Amino acid sequence: MSDRSQFFTSMTSGAISRRSALAGLAGLAAAGALTACGSPGRNPSGSASASSSPVAAPDKSDTDMLVNWSNWPEYIDVDDNGNHPSIQAFTKKTGIKVNYNEDYNDNDEFFAKVRPLLEAGQDTGRDTWVSTDWMVARLIRLGYVQKLDYANIPNSSNLEPSLKDASFDPGRPYSLPWQIGFVGIAYNPKATGGRKVTSVDQLLHDPTLKGRVTMLTEMRDTVGLVLIEQGVDLGQVTADQFTAALKVVQDAKDAGQLKGFTGNEYTKPLASGDTAACVAWTGDVVQLRADNPSLGYSLGEKGIPMFSDNFVIPNLAQHKKNAEKLIDYYYDPAVMAEVTDYVNYIPPVAGAKEILLKKDPGVANNELIFPSQEVLAKAQTFRGLTAEEETSFNRQFQAVVTG
Amino acid sequence: MAALTQAAVGAEAPAARPRRRGGLVPFLLLAPALLWLVVFFVVPTISLASQSLQTGDIDNGYTLTWHFATYADAMSRYWPQFLRSIIYAASATLGTLLLGYPLAWFIAHRAGRWKNLLLVLVVAPFFTNFLIRTLAWQIILTDNGPVTGFFRATGLTNVLQAIGLTDNNSLLGSQFAVTCGLIYNFLPFMVLPLYTILERLDTRLLDAAGDLYADGWNTFWKVIWPLSLPGVVSGTLLTFIPAAGDYINSKLLGNTQTVMIGQVIDAQFLRVLDYPIAAALSFILMAAIIILVAGYVRAAGTEELV
Repeated sequence: MSDRSQFFTSMTSGAISRRSALAGLAGLAAAGALTACGSPGRNPSGSASASSSPVAAPDKSDTDMLVNWSNWPEYIDVDDNGNHPSIQAFTKKTGIKVNYNEDYNDNDEFFAKVRPLLEAGQDTGRDTWVSTDWMVARLIRLGYVQKLDYANIPNSSNLEPSLKDASFDPGRPYSLPWQIGFVGIAYNPKATGGRKVTSVDQLLHDPTLKGRVTMLTEMRDTVGLVLIEQGVDLGQVTADQFTAALKVVQDAKDAGQLKGFTGNEYTKPLASGDTAACVAWTGDVVQLRADNPSLGYSLGEKGIPMFSDNFVIPNLAQHKKNAEKLIDYYYDPAVMAEVTDYVNYIPPVAGAKEILLKKDPGVANNELIFPSQEVLAKAQTFRGLTAEEETSFNRQFQAVVTG
Repeated sequence: MAALTQAAVGAEAPAARPRRRGGLVPFLLLAPALLWLVVFFVVPTISLASQSLQTGDIDNGYTLTWHFATYADAMSRYWPQFLRSIIYAASATLGTLLLGYPLAWFIAHRAGRWKNLLLVLVVAPFFTNFLIRTLAWQIILTDNGPVTGFFRATGLTNVLQAIGLTDNNSLLGSQFAVTCGLIYNFLPFMVLPLYTILERLDTRLLDAAGDLYADGWNTFWKVIWPLSLPGVVSGTLLTFIPAAGDYINSKLLGNTQTVMIGQVIDAQFLRVLDYPIAAALSFILMAAIIILVAGYVRAAGTEELV
């Protein structure tokens, strides 16, 4: 959930286009993909993967001054020459070279890419990457990530206190957030005839929006929005509540209200007015508004689904200590402020706002980047799901999306 | 394909060379292709078949339990998407044929010194990424764009809507848009084989047809069309097969009612992590295409593809 507006950038990068091209030849290509990513005919000795504990590799950090970092596209500061000033400053300060790859386009895709390696107990070639909360839960559950050594991350004391006890990683032994975002409703007043779209109920039932509404393929964001509207606390969702909320989406789809379910690609149609209103991520809207100031955005009255993208360190990372030093570096409020100034998501580091108040008050005073305590109090995160629940929820949700 | 090549090489070699040497050389020449086929087709197909009959989940691993019910489950849940994929692919194939045939004829026989340039222009869009090309259609068919404006002004949107190809008085997010995208994206696969066949066509046959008082239609239908059949068959196959499995067009240009089977496989494989059903769906798609293509090739009665 990086800068999700940079659809072109992410789409033109090799990984996704190659995958899409392959999948286009579904029969043959799916065969190859399944072999590459599944574990056909190989039973990993019962529940080996579930019970396996994290595996550390001999740390080469001190001899090999390098760290391999995979992140979402356009999710960090960039200067006019395409360099990342904060990374350059890190290398200058510590002597550690950063091999920065924007090859994390999608949680599920990235998981499919690294799973066979982690499953087989092989090095993924990456020392850290940035996964969304529910994916962190899955990685921990499968024993694919290692505990962080907080002795190397003294700046972690700057973590916003409210983020310390994440339901998917209580006490944060395995993960530290990189950026935070809210899920809300965005609308284009030119396409709605000046009308505001303020609630999920309106989004899914207002006849003037018929056929011009999109929702996200991220299950927790789309269904989470409806669940909150129905008065459910996302931290306590039950299977029945989930199914009931999904039914509302299904009905709206059957009634022709929805144009589609999208990933990052919702931003362009929203800006052009082909989409009148949609479920959207905050950071995108801030960036879209730079070019289309008239775009509107509504956050839920009863509650706001919140997601976070988090640093994790996978098994057999060759430069674990360097990765921890990197995380430590970004938990310096001055460094995080620099990133926030560019990516416009909510920083997890306390003190970044104070620095930006001096440097860039426009960003510091933006409610979507630095929400008030009142808004923050409404933020809710989808609770961690068991394997069975995750499969069942995904199956139900995809039946609606691809039905 | 490889089997055909093998037969062809095998048949020629003994006649041309002493038997002793000829026995080995064709096989050595064939080795890379065979190896390729085994590594990238046979092995994945077998493991795909195995995967489709397994049960389990990612936490506990998968075991081969010969669970054939997955196939029945896949069919009963997703037959509408299968049917839709076949219909879209067939319409797109017909569309590319109707557009591509005159184009190929024109390039082959009327373009003169522009021939090479036109051929390059046919292929030129392929220098851009598949996704970008499809996204371009979003821009072309956008609600505020001139195309939609023209369709609205002339009442064509009402016509399309009446026959159920579009909704909500717009072009984007409809079966119409998906089919347009497919036609556009696969057009060169139709034009190029047609061009190679039509270009070789002896134009003196047309003069002969004229001498025998055939009118334009009869010349086309009784002379040109039968002679161009190999090109038509390979063009339609090259279009239909990938179009049936495509999911980018339906994802980017369609709506929630235009989901094709490729999207379902993508979702089951990547999002739900239900590998067995994704494998079963891929297998069914493969089988369906093989059966349709076999029937088609037999009906077209052409032995020499290309």
